[in-house]
Amino acid sequence: MSDLETFRQEAREWLEENCPPSMRQGLASNEEVEWGGRAAQGRTDDKKVWLDRMGAKGWTCPTWPAEYGGGGLSKAETKVLHQELSAMKAPPALTSFGISMLGPALLEYASEEQKKKFIPEIVQGKIWWCQGYSEPGSGSDLASLQTRAEDKGDHFLVNGQKIWTSYADHADWIFCLVRTNTEVPKHDGISFLLFDMASPGVTVSPIQLISGSSPFCQTFFQDVKVPKENLIGEMGGGWTIAKRLLQHERSMIGGMGLGLAGGAKRGLTEVVKEYAGETDGRISDSLTRDQFSQLRMDMQAFAATTSRSAAEAKAGKPPGPASSIFKLYGTELNKRRYEFMMSVLGTQALGWEGEGFTSEELSGTRDWLRSYGNSIEGGTSEVQLNIIAKRVLGLPD
Amino acid sequence: MALVLTEEQELLKETAHEFIQEQSPVSEFRRLRDSVDESGFDRKLYAQMAELGWMGVIYPEEYGGLDLGYLELGQIFEECGRGLVAQPLLATVVLGGGCILEGGNDLQRKDILTQISTGDRLLSLAFQESAHHNPYGISTSAELSGNHFVLSGKKTFVLDGHVADQIVVVARTSGKAGDRDGLTLFLVDAGAEGVTVNRTIMLDGRNAANVHLDAVKVEKAAVIGELDAGADVLDPVLDRATAILCCEMMGTLSEAFDKALEYLKTREQFGVLIGSFQALKHRAANMFVESELSRSILLDALSAVDEGRDNSAQVVSCAKARLNDSLILICNEAVQMFGGIGVTDEEDIGLYLKRARVMAAAFGDSSWHRARYASLGGY
Repeated sequence: MSDLETFRQEAREWLEENCPPSMRQGLASNEEVEWGGRAAQGRTDDKKVWLDRMGAKGWTCPTWPAEYGGGGLSKAETKVLHQELSAMKAPPALTSFGISMLGPALLEYASEEQKKKFIPEIVQGKIWWCQGYSEPGSGSDLASLQTRAEDKGDHFLVNGQKIWTSYADHADWIFCLVRTNTEVPKHDGISFLLFDMASPGVTVSPIQLISGSSPFCQTFFQDVKVPKENLIGEMGGGWTIAKRLLQHERSMIGGMGLGLAGGAKRGLTEVVKEYAGETDGRISDSLTRDQFSQLRMDMQAFAATTSRSAAEAKAGKPPGPASSIFKLYGTELNKRRYEFMMSVLGTQALGWEGEGFTSEELSGTRDWLRSYGNSIEGGTSEVQLNIIAKRVLGLPD
Repeated sequence: MALVLTEEQELLKETAHEFIQEQSPVSEFRRLRDSVDESGFDRKLYAQMAELGWMGVIYPEEYGGLDLGYLELGQIFEECGRGLVAQPLLATVVLGGGCILEGGNDLQRKDILTQISTGDRLLSLAFQESAHHNPYGISTSAELSGNHFVLSGKKTFVLDGHVADQIVVVARTSGKAGDRDGLTLFLVDAGAEGVTVNRTIMLDGRNAANVHLDAVKVEKAAVIGELDAGADVLDPVLDRATAILCCEMMGTLSEAFDKALEYLKTREQFGVLIGSFQALKHRAANMFVESELSRSILLDALSAVDEGRDNSAQVVSCAKARLNDSLILICNEAVQMFGGIGVTDEEDIGLYLKRARVMAAAFGDSSWHRARYASLGGY
């Protein structure tokens, strides 16, 4: 038996033993995945058990180094692990911005001391991190941000306002872009700070979206004291970290184009057949069938591109401008998928709440509305097109 | 799944690239087109390609081949697509020869594949009978009469049919048009009595033919594979040929895109390079993304074919539909980006546009492949 097959065997046995049966039913919506954090809110007992076991094993972050609590697995082993997880319809034990964005940036840019302090907490889901990037006046033009951090000798004093801070109302800590120098060009005066959201002077106000949910917040900082040791990288060197982190963020958001994490409760085909009707095993309406094929083909080609990029990165290359392709195509694909399902479900897709609609129908509608934000957050599709044109194609300014 | 080329495969591609740029640049294709050459291709160049081993890439060593895979052969075809190389390579090696490789008996394989490998024999495959791809829609009949079969029918869009020495003809020995069962493959000499091959001048300047079979007598020994079970040979051969055509399309797409990009970086209007306009940048970026996705699924399709994966037919359909759409998109956009010069015959981009249309129609357009993809996917 190859090493990989031995690993598969071991992983399967461990998962069989440790994944609670209630956690093996797939997801109706990505909203159901555990986010961790200090408060155990919304967390069922089994979710907590699943998180604690996976976190202790390091399998919430399978590829991260074991010395910081990660799983220490190779890419091939990680793939096997994901295959085994989806075979038993187990959702990820933890999803977080710590895993998808901050952790990889810390592994690359933080000091040894900072890594030892922050990474294990991310792996075990002890701290819920939020991202302090956008500001009311700095959307696509992120580097124009105005939130100030003044050097007060033994600490920074932070004043300003962030917006679109995802889950700031649940988060324990924030990774935040602040201006530490106003005398230099805008990209050179930005620093990367971490601080506790419980610090005096931090206030949060959720923003209600068209989907009815409030994943985003406005976050205000008034004379927030931040210890000096919470600076990541150099003073004024924050933009480099910020851009790298954005690449991780874009890969994460683009991943939505691949569908629900850990597999949905029901296959897409089954749902389409149910609502569009079938004749002799085929979707009855030939136009719907054609559109569904096109969507599935694009999903398949996108998945193949993700695999190809992973294969190319085997040499250990960090994500490059290719992440802009994923962000761009993945989010547009995700939107197309929801649009398609809206038309397939007809008036059953138009319910808001209450009776007359299944929970699957209602959450599908909310997810469709939420998907509008996908091609805006983390850099709009237009920003991604600009990046591809400039960095990949070398087109002139 | 091999989504990244090995060093050897890269090298093969590079060699093909250099050979084609030197020996068969686009100007050579123009010369052939404009001279109304009788055969429509350069036999000397074909012989050189055979010497390089290109005809035998996928054939076993005992027949003079290299015993490599479709992924390797595909690298050569991608470069052919870049250079608009007009050679009867696909028809001979993958279509006609592919039928022999898949369904032929030892005698047929030894005789024909060896001759193909050395570049001494040209083949083609005659299956299509209407204006749309429909591989089971065969009405051409083959009736047993004593020790012979008698073939009658009309074939169209027979790729490189007018130069083929032998044509593999798909005929019906039972059932009715549309049935998968009842097809039989016959090896027919182009010069046999009752065979009329008329070259058709296609818009891409390449070669195809209409083939009329008027009570053509063929020996029983000319049957390839099993009687009535020709689809068992035809299906995999068409999938492989489709995957290889997709490689050619990928090359054509890449060259058309590179040419458009180059134009955006050199053409000035309003005192600036037109590539600085956001309206064009975004379109170019979208073209790039489409091309990358098509390349990924193409690599997956080639490895599926080489590995004989269960889902290879579905992946091939996915690749063909995507290549059709992205190739047409990129050629259309490229012509628009070139502006007025793009619609002149002098500028090469129009040659790519025209070639794209023919390749998109060959072996099934996008909606045909989407329908097949759906059937194979269980919906």
